[in-house]
Amino acid sequence: MENEQGMGASLETTTVLLCGVGGQGTILAADLLAKACMAANLDVKVSEIHGMAQRGGAVSTVVRFGSKVQSMVADHGCVDIVVSFELMEALRNLPYLKAGGFLLVNDEIIKPQSVATGKASMPARMHETLQEQGALLIPAADLARKAGTAKAANVALLGALATRLPFDSGLWSDVIAARVPPKTIEANLAAFQAGLDFAS
Amino acid sequence: MELLSGNEAIARGAWEAGCTIGVAYPGTPSTETLENFAKMDGVYAEWCTNEKVAVEVGVGASAAGARVLATMKHVGVNVAADPLFTAAYTGVNGGMVVLAADDPGMYSSQNEQDSHFYAMAAHMPMLDPSDSQEAHDFMRDAFELSERFDVPFFVRSSVRISHTKTPVEVGERTAVARKDYESNPAKYVMMPAYAKPRRKVQLKRIAQLGEWVETCEYNRVEQKGSAVGVVCYGAAYQHVVEALPDASVLKLGVSWPLPKQKLADFAASVDALYVVEEGSDYLAGAVAACGVTVAEFPCGLPQDGELSPGLIRAAFGLEAPEFAEAPAGLPGRPPALCPGCPHRLVFKELSRLKAIVTGDIGCYTLGALPPLGSMDSCVDMGASISMAHGFELALAHTTRRPVCAVIGDSTFAHSGLSSLISTVYNQGGGTVCVLDNRTTAMTGRQGNPFNGETLQKRPSRELDLEGVVRALGVEDVRTIDPNDMKAVRKALREATASKTLSVLIFRSPCVLLERVVKPAYVVSGACTGCGVCSGLGCPAIARDRETGLASIDAGLCIGCGQCAQYCGFKAIEQRGR
Repeated sequence: MENEQGMGASLETTTVLLCGVGGQGTILAADLLAKACMAANLDVKVSEIHGMAQRGGAVSTVVRFGSKVQSMVADHGCVDIVVSFELMEALRNLPYLKAGGFLLVNDEIIKPQSVATGKASMPARMHETLQEQGALLIPAADLARKAGTAKAANVALLGALATRLPFDSGLWSDVIAARVPPKTIEANLAAFQAGLDFAS
Repeated sequence: MELLSGNEAIARGAWEAGCTIGVAYPGTPSTETLENFAKMDGVYAEWCTNEKVAVEVGVGASAAGARVLATMKHVGVNVAADPLFTAAYTGVNGGMVVLAADDPGMYSSQNEQDSHFYAMAAHMPMLDPSDSQEAHDFMRDAFELSERFDVPFFVRSSVRISHTKTPVEVGERTAVARKDYESNPAKYVMMPAYAKPRRKVQLKRIAQLGEWVETCEYNRVEQKGSAVGVVCYGAAYQHVVEALPDASVLKLGVSWPLPKQKLADFAASVDALYVVEEGSDYLAGAVAACGVTVAEFPCGLPQDGELSPGLIRAAFGLEAPEFAEAPAGLPGRPPALCPGCPHRLVFKELSRLKAIVTGDIGCYTLGALPPLGSMDSCVDMGASISMAHGFELALAHTTRRPVCAVIGDSTFAHSGLSSLISTVYNQGGGTVCVLDNRTTAMTGRQGNPFNGETLQKRPSRELDLEGVVRALGVEDVRTIDPNDMKAVRKALREATASKTLSVLIFRSPCVLLERVVKPAYVVSGACTGCGVCSGLGCPAIARDRETGLASIDAGLCIGCGQCAQYCGFKAIEQRGR
């Protein structure tokens, strides 16, 4: 990296993987992250998979940004920051994390149908395994609820993510305000701040 | 700069080029293109019954002088191939561009065929964008090129182009007047006397295109080291530049025809020339056919699925980063029919009947997965009905298992109708179940002839499904509420017992159309843990691993009551009753 600020100068590509369960708001979160990158004058690519991944399915979106971004996909061992909206999905996506990368995990478990119907069981020691990998476990729903609405858990996670990004976290408030429903702007900004404070 | 998906950028590019008519049948990953185009000022856009119809509407509009866009997924190109091959003889009047959106990796498709082969076979030039900016620019320019060379152009995308958002510098719309139309049978009536001269015209055009691609700015050399040269296009180009920063690259923006001289010059500038493409051998073969020696990868490139920078590095034997393994045996999250889905009980009852079920393309293909597990085949749009006829012919009274076709309303309109006519004509038997959920659900709830909704909300009318089927000569036509277990069971039992052809129309709207949420159901103390309800595969129903007792997630349950009908112990009750 030639310039630590990265703003307008040469910034190597950073890769963020947002993963979770369909319906958790990963796509909105990825969109907000991309808009923040554009506000920071960076090139950005957001790659998501539509189709059969519907509510309840595993979802993941790759956001890559820097001075010039080429590929839109991420290989194993190449993601700088994994933000998982769900505990087991963090384990599933563990192979993508780069050695020394950040692992930010929403401390919430959503059981897949095979577990709910007794045909499979959740893996043992999920919290411990993640902590061994250096995960920061974030009570995003609690943080968001205290900020005004539990629905802003995804934005609380973005607040946590903002502490690990190479651009000014002050860029986010305009981006969030422009994208969320007007009545929820205050709660979303508060949730973002709560996530940011938690992870700082 | 705007952050646009490839599909949004393509729609924008077409609009800027003065395209006024858009036609399509929805299909992942192409669907949002026409949805976005339809929202723009001064355009007409419609969903057609299928891709062949869409292209024919397009060829007509083009002949009449308008600029026209047709969009489809890769397998849609199969359906549209018939008019496309001949439209490459007739050529155009107004510019015509066809989006072919491929799905390497099969995220939402039944195969991963490569549309480049169609460009080569039909002699239709193909442009291959590698990000949203190029998707926008190529689509914008393709209309003028189509008119210049008098041939429809393909723009080819893949799931990573169509569904990746990247910044785009957009422009303004250029108003393009419709060209005058004059009858010209020698150009548009493709009977042998006229087609033979048009074939000569086509050959001359191919030569002209061959000259154009040599200097076309879409084909560019990025000269770096001389050891390795790579020829590539589309998403693979982005992966190559990232994976091999020292390699020289010939980036093709036009994937058919290829620039022979440019390829030869590029090959001469490097020690070894490689071809990187996703799940296909089109480009390697086409480059070799230009007389260029294509080098073998030291460690092999996967022949199927999507590429990534890591896979390309691995093909050259370059080191890969270390990573932590995921714990073994993590339970998956496969897709499932939604809570309250009106398809669920039909599959449950077909499974009880031990029917041979020929399936089709749509959400209901999920009926193949456990615990419903009641589908024997799914090949292509409309195949359920024709394959059922094939099963009946081959099995002819050798099995007691009834043969049932299962097809959705939109798929029936797409190409099931012609299959049904053929079965009726040939006095076939069997049972056809039309799962009429009033929408094209799988691709995001688009309109179709049987729900009477059009893309731009113009007035239309619902086609009378029962009337259509009766008019074909089917005598046993019934309409059933698929949420009523007894009615579903009775209808299927009677239809499969008779030797004549029956068409059962199971009509109930997709739960995602209007989210009518009734009070949730709860499991009472009368539950014995028999497991029948969880065998319905409803995401809202859980079952305790130890006791087998059922429970219902009030947050997921929409109060459809399907499960309560299966409980032999009356242990499932609606809240507030």
